[in-house]
Amino acid sequence: MVEPILEIQGVRKTYPARRSLFGRSAAVDALKGVSLAVTPGESFGLVGESGSGKTTLTRSILRLEAPTAGRILFKGEDMARLGPKALRTLRARIQIVFQDPYASLNPRMTVEEIVSEPMLVHRDILRLDRAGRRDRAAELLALVGLSTQHLARNPHEFSGGQRQRIGIARALAAGPELLLLDEPTSALDVSVQAQVLNLLIDLQDRLGLTYLFISHDLAVVRYLCDRVALIHSGVLVEEGPTREIFDAPQSDYARMLLGAAPKVRVPPATPSG
Amino acid sequence: MSKLADPIAATAAGPVRREKLARALFRFRQSRLSLLGAAIVALVLFFALLGSVLAPYPDDVRGSVSTAARFLAPSAAHPFGTNEVGQDVLSLTMAGTTVSVLAGFGVVIIGSLLGTLVGAVAGFAGGLVDEALMRFTDLVLTIPSLILAMAIAAALGPGFENMVLAISLSWWPGYARLVRGEVLAAREEVYVTAARAIGASPARVLFRHILPNCLSPIIVKMSLDMGFAILTVAGLGFIGIGVRPPTPEWGTLLSTARSYMPDYWWTAMAPGMAMFLAVFGFNLLGDGLRDVLDPRGRR
Repeated sequence: MVEPILEIQGVRKTYPARRSLFGRSAAVDALKGVSLAVTPGESFGLVGESGSGKTTLTRSILRLEAPTAGRILFKGEDMARLGPKALRTLRARIQIVFQDPYASLNPRMTVEEIVSEPMLVHRDILRLDRAGRRDRAAELLALVGLSTQHLARNPHEFSGGQRQRIGIARALAAGPELLLLDEPTSALDVSVQAQVLNLLIDLQDRLGLTYLFISHDLAVVRYLCDRVALIHSGVLVEEGPTREIFDAPQSDYARMLLGAAPKVRVPPATPSG
Repeated sequence: MSKLADPIAATAAGPVRREKLARALFRFRQSRLSLLGAAIVALVLFFALLGSVLAPYPDDVRGSVSTAARFLAPSAAHPFGTNEVGQDVLSLTMAGTTVSVLAGFGVVIIGSLLGTLVGAVAGFAGGLVDEALMRFTDLVLTIPSLILAMAIAAALGPGFENMVLAISLSWWPGYARLVRGEVLAAREEVYVTAARAIGASPARVLFRHILPNCLSPIIVKMSLDMGFAILTVAGLGFIGIGVRPPTPEWGTLLSTARSYMPDYWWTAMAPGMAMFLAVFGFNLLGDGLRDVLDPRGRR
C-alpha cells in the first residue's frame, strides 16, 4: 500500500468546561479518537451531521487547534513536533477551501491581493518576484475559469460561485498537495454547485491533488469521492470505498443517513468511482 | 499561459490604482452633502494655511492696537467689526484658523494612533494583556477629559504642543475601546482563519486582515472627533490654558468677546461662526468618507 499523505491516529479533542457568570458549561468531547488515512491522489469524503466534529477535525489538520491526544501525520511527519518555520512550510502544502465564499475573502483586498497572498507569505519557498506573482495570479484565475480583468476587483463585485472560484485559486496559489474542502458547495445554488464540483474534479486531474472533502451532502460525496468515512458525534462510524458504503452500508448510522437523504436521481455510473 | 502574461505585464500598478481612485471619487460625488462637507473643509484648510497672509489687516494679527477704532460695528472696511482694542475681527478669525485646525488634527491623529494601538493589541492578544490594557483604559476614561487636559496642560506649562499633547492623552481611550471591539469581531471572520491557514504571521494577520476591516468606524470617529477636538481646543483657550495672546485663536477670541456680549455682539460672531462651520464641515466630510472607504456600507 502507498504511504498515506495524511494520517490521523487516534485524535481526540476536548474543549474544557467553562465557568461563567451564569454557571458552568460541561466539557465537550468534539473528537473521541478518530483515525483515518488519506492516500495521495484520492478524494476522501468525510460525511457527518452538524456538530459531528467535522470542523474540529479540519481545524486540527490545519493546526489552527491542537488536538488533546493523538497524532496527525503529513507524509509521515508528526505535525505537532514541527517548529514554527517547518509549520509555515507545511501550510503551503495543505490548503483549505471554506464553506462560505461570502465570508472567506477579505472584503478590503482586491482579487489579485487575495490570490497572491499565499505567494507573498511563502515567497522563500516559491521565489516569485512581483511580476512573477502577478503572472501566477493571472494563471490561477484562468485555471479556475475567471479572467485577468477580474484581478483589480473587490470580492463584493462577484457572485457566490465566482467567489468560491477565487477561494479555490487562493488555495492553489502556494502549490499545495492536499486540499481540504470544507463543504465548498453547500452555500451555492444547485446549478453553480455542479460547475464548482466539475472544476474541482478537473483540477484534481490536471494538478494531481489529494482532496479531503467534508460534507453532509451525500449526493455530492457520491459524485466526487473515491472513499468515504462517516463521522458521528466525534467517532468514525464506518469507512470504505464510496460504492460499498452507498450500496451495502454496514452500520445503523450509515443506513439511517442514507435513508434520510432526499431521493435524488444520481447518474448510474459515477465518473470517479 | 504565456499569452496571458503579456496583458498583465502591461497593466502596471498605476492604472489599477487610478481605476480604484476613480471609482472612489465617483462614489463620493454621488452625495451632495459630502461634497458640501469637502468644500467647507477645503475652505477651512485654505484659511489654516493662508489665513494670516490673506488677512485684510495683517498688523492686527501681529498684535497692533488702535484704541481710536475700538468696537466699530460691522462695515465695508471691517465686515465683522473691531474688538475692544480696535483690531479687525475678520483678520483675527482668519488667522486663528491655523491654530485651531492644526491643534484639532494633532489631537485626532495622536489620539487615534495611540488608541488604535492599545485597542488592537488588547483585542488581538486577549487574556491578561487585554485585561491589563482595558482596565487602564477604563481608568483614564473615568477622569473627566477636560479636567485631565487642564491638569496635564497646567503641569506641562502653556503652549501649543503641550495643549495638543494634553488633549490627546485624554482622547485615546475612546479609540482604544472602539478598536478593541472591532478587532474582537474581525478576529473571528473566516478570512482571518484563511490567512492563518495560509501561514501568515500574526503581525500580517493583524495589520493586513483585521485592522483594515476596522478602519471605517475609526475614520468616521476621527472625522466626528475633528470637530469636537477643535471645540475642546477652543474650550481650553476659552478658560485661558493653551496658546497665549497675541497668537489669535478662536477660543480665546470668544472668551474676550463674552464680556462685551450683548452690546458688541459682532466680536463673538465671527469666531463662533468659524467654529460652527469647521465642525459642521468635518462631520459632513466624515460621513462622505465612510461611504467611500466602506464599499459594503453604501446604499
